[in-house]
Amino acid sequence: MRVKSTLLTFVFTVLLSTASWAEHHDANHDTHADPEKDIKAEIKEFIAHHLQDTHDFHLTKGVSFPLPVILWDNGFQVFSSSKFHHGETVAEHNGNFYKLYHGKVYKTDAEGTITYDDYHHAVNEKPLDFSITKNVSFILIVSVLMMWMFSRMAKSYKTNPIPTGIGRFLEPIIVYVRDDIARPNIGEKHYKRYMSFLLTVFFFVWIINLLGLTPLGVNVTNNIAVTFSLAIMTYLITTFTGNKHYWKHIFWMPGVPTPMKVILAPIELLGTIIKPFSLMIRLYANITAGHVVLMSIIGLMFIFKSWIGSPLSFGLAFALALLELLVAALQAYIFTMLSALYFGSAVEEHHDH
Amino acid sequence: MTIPNIVGAGLIVIGAGLGIGKIGGSAMDAIARQPEASGKIQTAMLIAAALIEGIGFAALFAA
Repeated sequence: MRVKSTLLTFVFTVLLSTASWAEHHDANHDTHADPEKDIKAEIKEFIAHHLQDTHDFHLTKGVSFPLPVILWDNGFQVFSSSKFHHGETVAEHNGNFYKLYHGKVYKTDAEGTITYDDYHHAVNEKPLDFSITKNVSFILIVSVLMMWMFSRMAKSYKTNPIPTGIGRFLEPIIVYVRDDIARPNIGEKHYKRYMSFLLTVFFFVWIINLLGLTPLGVNVTNNIAVTFSLAIMTYLITTFTGNKHYWKHIFWMPGVPTPMKVILAPIELLGTIIKPFSLMIRLYANITAGHVVLMSIIGLMFIFKSWIGSPLSFGLAFALALLELLVAALQAYIFTMLSALYFGSAVEEHHDH
Repeated sequence: MTIPNIVGAGLIVIGAGLGIGKIGGSAMDAIARQPEASGKIQTAMLIAAALIEGIGFAALFAA
């Protein structure tokens, strides 16, 4: 069992391992005694585990880094997630006991008893969790990386109008965001105010999506909370920079009969919430679907116990990974583009009705 | 996953696929007619496709 999951982890970790044939052979040998259902269940479990945010950074079987756990439970409780031992033991800190259950921290007694209600949901007290989880740590890493990249690039402009180093790669992309996303959608007069947000969100989503395709097992944009935060920023900026035309179009649409205006107002108001909601769902669902399909295809290798499984799985996974590379950039583009479109509608000025 | 869910998911995929396919086809037509406007057409195509995709995903989550 242990060997098999090690192999599973290894294959997933090296992603498109060219050595998959050998692994397949071994896995075949190892799982001979187990019914096929077990493998399917294990692959499902592995994918579900991958999609979850965790309290430690799990690289491969046996190689993982503990991350700090920060809880608000009558004052901040800070300790290392290594105390959980991947959820197997109860962590003791300042006389309080905590246990991981389905990736969430619950307050328990010394034995780690978790009580359930009728629907098998844990009813233990849940302290507020501010932990630096895997997702949070990668958000911080990407922030630092972007800070370093762009400040270096900005500095190079002081001595030379032609960028050096990484700036040569980034400049065309930045100019593209400015000239093809911001300017035509927001308008010549206002676009500068929104450039910082658009560039940040574009590069953040892009880099973090690309990191999700590396063997590190990062899955930040698979987390609906992350995409929710990104979308809520678009919503807040649209709402707070909207001029009076924008609000007039929502509450008292010009150019339609009065009874229609009354009907349109709630629909338009709902529309302002649906727009960022669809931004959130789109990014989250695209990346999640990509990861699930990619991992399922790699998992096929362990289900097909014949010579056809590995080449098929390898070929499909390779093609899909290339597609995901495109999707990573495309989703960043779409997010930025639609944000720019919403900002544009908020600051639009002349109306010819 | 129950059978109605699977059938629903299939219907959503058919609908969204038809919609996005139609957008892509029309964009191809438009680019063939006016190649110099291909940049603008592409942008509009992507936005329309993204909107349909958003609805499709929302429905898939409900299914």
